[in-house]
Amino acid sequence: MDLSYTAEQTAFREQVRAFLKAELPADLAEAVRTGRHLQKADHERWHAVLNARGWLATHWPVAWGGPGWDVVQRSIFEDEAALAHAPRIVPFGVNMLGPVLIKYGSEAQKQYWLPRILDGSDWWSQGYSEPGAGSDLANVQTRAVREGDHYVVNGQKTWTTLGQWGTMIFCLVRTSTEGKRQEGISFLLIDMTSPGVEVRPIITLDGAHEVNEVFFTDVRVPVANRVGEENRGWTYAKYLLTYERTNIAGVGASVAAFERLATVARRLGMVNDPLFAARMARIEIDLENMKTTNLRVIAAVAGGGAPGAESSMLKIKGTEIRQEITGLLRRALGPYAQPYQPEALEPGWNGEPVGPPEGAAAASSYFNNRKLSIFGGSNEIQKNIISKAILGL
Amino acid sequence: MDFNHTEDRQMLADTLNRYLADRYPIERRNDAAFGPIGYSAGTWSDLAELGVIGALFDEASGGFGGQGFDLMVVFEALGRALVVEPFLGTLMAGRVLAGAGGRQDLLARVIAGEVLIAFAHEDARDADGLASVLTATPGDAGWSLTGAKGVVLHAGAADLLVVPAVLPGAAEPSLFLVPADAAGLTVRGYSLVDGGRAAEVGFDRVSVGPDALIAREGAALIAGATAAGLLALSAEALGAMETARAATVDYLQTRVQFGAPIGRFQALQHRMATVLLEIEQARSAVINAAAALEGPALARDRAASAAKYTVGRTGALVAEEAIQLHGGIGMTWELPLPHFAKRLIMIDQQLGDEDHHLARYARLGQGPVEGPGPDRP
Repeated sequence: MDLSYTAEQTAFREQVRAFLKAELPADLAEAVRTGRHLQKADHERWHAVLNARGWLATHWPVAWGGPGWDVVQRSIFEDEAALAHAPRIVPFGVNMLGPVLIKYGSEAQKQYWLPRILDGSDWWSQGYSEPGAGSDLANVQTRAVREGDHYVVNGQKTWTTLGQWGTMIFCLVRTSTEGKRQEGISFLLIDMTSPGVEVRPIITLDGAHEVNEVFFTDVRVPVANRVGEENRGWTYAKYLLTYERTNIAGVGASVAAFERLATVARRLGMVNDPLFAARMARIEIDLENMKTTNLRVIAAVAGGGAPGAESSMLKIKGTEIRQEITGLLRRALGPYAQPYQPEALEPGWNGEPVGPPEGAAAASSYFNNRKLSIFGGSNEIQKNIISKAILGL
Repeated sequence: MDFNHTEDRQMLADTLNRYLADRYPIERRNDAAFGPIGYSAGTWSDLAELGVIGALFDEASGGFGGQGFDLMVVFEALGRALVVEPFLGTLMAGRVLAGAGGRQDLLARVIAGEVLIAFAHEDARDADGLASVLTATPGDAGWSLTGAKGVVLHAGAADLLVVPAVLPGAAEPSLFLVPADAAGLTVRGYSLVDGGRAAEVGFDRVSVGPDALIAREGAALIAGATAAGLLALSAEALGAMETARAATVDYLQTRVQFGAPIGRFQALQHRMATVLLEIEQARSAVINAAAALEGPALARDRAASAAKYTVGRTGALVAEEAIQLHGGIGMTWELPLPHFAKRLIMIDQQLGDEDHHLARYARLGQGPVEGPGPDRP
């Protein structure tokens, strides 16, 4: 057993660090570090920097503009980016749709859409979930009826993250009600500026606008925008989900969050409180174990294994740890987690915070991160997968 | 990065697992574990012959292993089969001897399984929980030891005891090697809840020669042996958890209630999934501790405490869930599983429990004190 990285991998990490030091805009990193809300232009700025370096589409083959990294390199890059407080790449176009188009798209679709994902011409959203199809995705009801060269789409999607900025949305739509539910679904690329598309905000419990509902009323979508075959969308949808669950452990993000927690806890004297110190030690040990669990899965994948149900373990444990850290940061602030200061989370705000400066983001981040155990297949769904695939129950 | 064991270690594990599968059924184990000396002398010499004791020590000490991952491989296998033979005491006392130097012949006989040594490190406690400190004062041509040690594993069967004792005016204990039949030494033996035997060992002006002092100011030696012991117990717990998990999954697949195998019920599936992923985290903790064993003391001790804390917490989860999911049958002596559950819980009583190691981990991580922070806002 050898837990160390090779000389090449260490050199790669140095290269990534040097790049982040030189190219990650300081104001963006500071905004991420302090838990402020990023604007569309902020995301686009970082997206463009990564694209210029050729490090945006890390899962894509070199032929389509990927950097040709292996799974270890991707993990090093993701960890370092998180530790440097880089904005998370908005994953829908680059990490989710891209691989689906590369594997299942027509030549014309690849030639047209892939370069536009890279250069940011389109802001992609994900149109999977519906009010009656969350964990039970096969139950999608949004209908697409063929009329000549078009599909006419009617229905509703929900939980559309950052859909308020979207120009394109990939959707699972029902094209048949015959046979098994999974066999009547198609995968459509829909222009969100088309007549009949309406985006309505959903305000989350932290008061933020991150997710949306998207309504389709007689929206006409060219048949050319269907990926793969009609009624075979379930296959493509599942393939996409395997990419949704990459870097699912989020080790880098948790390490960065823990470092921040430790700094705040030291400054506020909470490390002298034995119960708080014990909570911190507990989560630090869990995180140290998680780092190794994650590397074990990565090593297995690098050695040719498939990232199967193990990613469910990483999802559950990784999100629990992250949630626990945000819980501890909230606790560290005591009564000063209570003041509601949403303006302090907006870019460019220069006002005087009430109490410790972390106060504004602590409760908000705690509540916002409740989503981690819900999205990407709730942790209960992940446990179902583990039960079936690993335990054989 | 490579999470596979080396070929040599894998071979050792395979040999050991095969021997234990063939020759160490639970009935035979329990007969020995709850028998007069608490283990089987025949099994002990078989395992010595297979080289299992030698795997705990490096070449300089007469063994052929001794690294963190050697200990992991051996003790995980021992845990899988619930081995009760005196490996932990041999490991810890032997490491002290090896570190102190000059006892090559004795170590060779220990590794061959001819001589049994015990590590009497725990202070005996009286009815009020007060600890007895073992002191060593200069005596007639050597040293005189007075005090008591408690819960010394396999002390009744041991030929020699490795004992920390405090010299007058010394800040840290020194280490003595004491024959088990020394005059003035009393051994009050008893059985342990999970099998095996231990003893309260009293020292009433026990006279030993000058060569009995094997290391003066031996805190670093004790720390090294303790780190190895913590890793060993953590790996043993990991092995026992794997067996308990497999037995429980098997039971969930076969036990029928309400017309279906109970493993079909989601409430039970989710509990089992939690057990699974916590065991994976425990495996990572053991790997971390094994990788750190030869490293700097602070990192070594932090990783060892992290592992012992993790198996303390997870061991209790696995033990309690395994019994609960088995239902009534999980409460019976007859089934192997409850014996694994008992061992998992008792491991938490050895060398410091979950809370002890959590506090130690936090303390070791504080580093240089930066002065008191402001009060909580």
